[in-house]
Amino acid sequence: MTAIEIKTLIDESLPQAVIQVVEDASPQGLELEPHFLVETMLFLHSHPQLYFDSLSCITGMDNGAELEELEVIYNLYSLPNDIHLMTKVKLEKKNPVVDSLTGIWRTADWHEREVYDLFGIHFNQHPDLRRILLPADWEGHPLRKDYKEQSYYRGIEVKY
Amino acid sequence: MGLLDQKLAQGGIVISKLEDLLNWARLSSMWPMGFGTACCAIEFMSAQSTPYDMDRLGMIPRASPRQSDVMIVAGTVTFKMADRVRRLYEQMAEPRYVVSMGSCSNCGGPYWEHGYHVVKGVDRIIPVDVYVPGCPPRPEALIGGLIKLQDKVRSESIIAPKAVEKLLKEKP
Repeated sequence: MTAIEIKTLIDESLPQAVIQVVEDASPQGLELEPHFLVETMLFLHSHPQLYFDSLSCITGMDNGAELEELEVIYNLYSLPNDIHLMTKVKLEKKNPVVDSLTGIWRTADWHEREVYDLFGIHFNQHPDLRRILLPADWEGHPLRKDYKEQSYYRGIEVKY
Repeated sequence: MGLLDQKLAQGGIVISKLEDLLNWARLSSMWPMGFGTACCAIEFMSAQSTPYDMDRLGMIPRASPRQSDVMIVAGTVTFKMADRVRRLYEQMAEPRYVVSMGSCSNCGGPYWEHGYHVVKGVDRIIPVDVYVPGCPPRPEALIGGLIKLQDKVRSESIIAPKAVEKLLKEKP
């Protein structure tokens, strides 16, 4: 099943959910509207023709200073139907907030913590949104393009 | 050992300086802490294995800092790990020695420029006695570093021990 066919399926019940089909990606993907993210994902998760029961990965991305936006990319896989799908949401850099998917896939828990840790994207309704890789008292989110490392961490100089 | 055997055969008495005796005892049983932070630990383990046999230098890895004489910092030290490394060092009884193994713990290694999370040299948190270069150093290089450390211990004196030299200097 192609991304366009999946879009048609979603459009039947959630007409505003899909913004566009991302054709230059491999596998082809869908850009979703952040406000309907949980509904759309529930639909993808439960629809018998799709049944995306596995969330393979969550990736964060910074689209640079010009666009001033952050992306969250979700890679889905359907075990019974053998379909891969990439979906993404674009968020404002000033206030990057998106709903958590931990209610659908438990694996989203640590993936979202990692995206929060490195990009500072906030996930609503996440059960335990703490840093996962960096120490709890670290300043900033290092994978953002405009990240400046702190000069000292607990009295140790950071720069070479 | 051959020489010692001969001396023991002549009446069983060996005359030596106390200092030399202490240093000899110390350098012949330097127990490293069995602890590694990254891939250098693989070479450290290899140095303990049969082909390299670190045991012939009297080195048996200990599982506790309280029983260790040498800390071999084998691998990248991240800021998150830095506090733990410092605490382990403080838990070791004096005289204690530190071997910095590999580029990461020497100076930050490949993370020197963009590694925001890496301590650029373990000597920023604990005093280092011997630096072993390499990425990672071969077991021969590590053993070479440990022999250097033995040379350092051999020249120590009870009156001004090397291990606390820095501390003595700091006092006004």
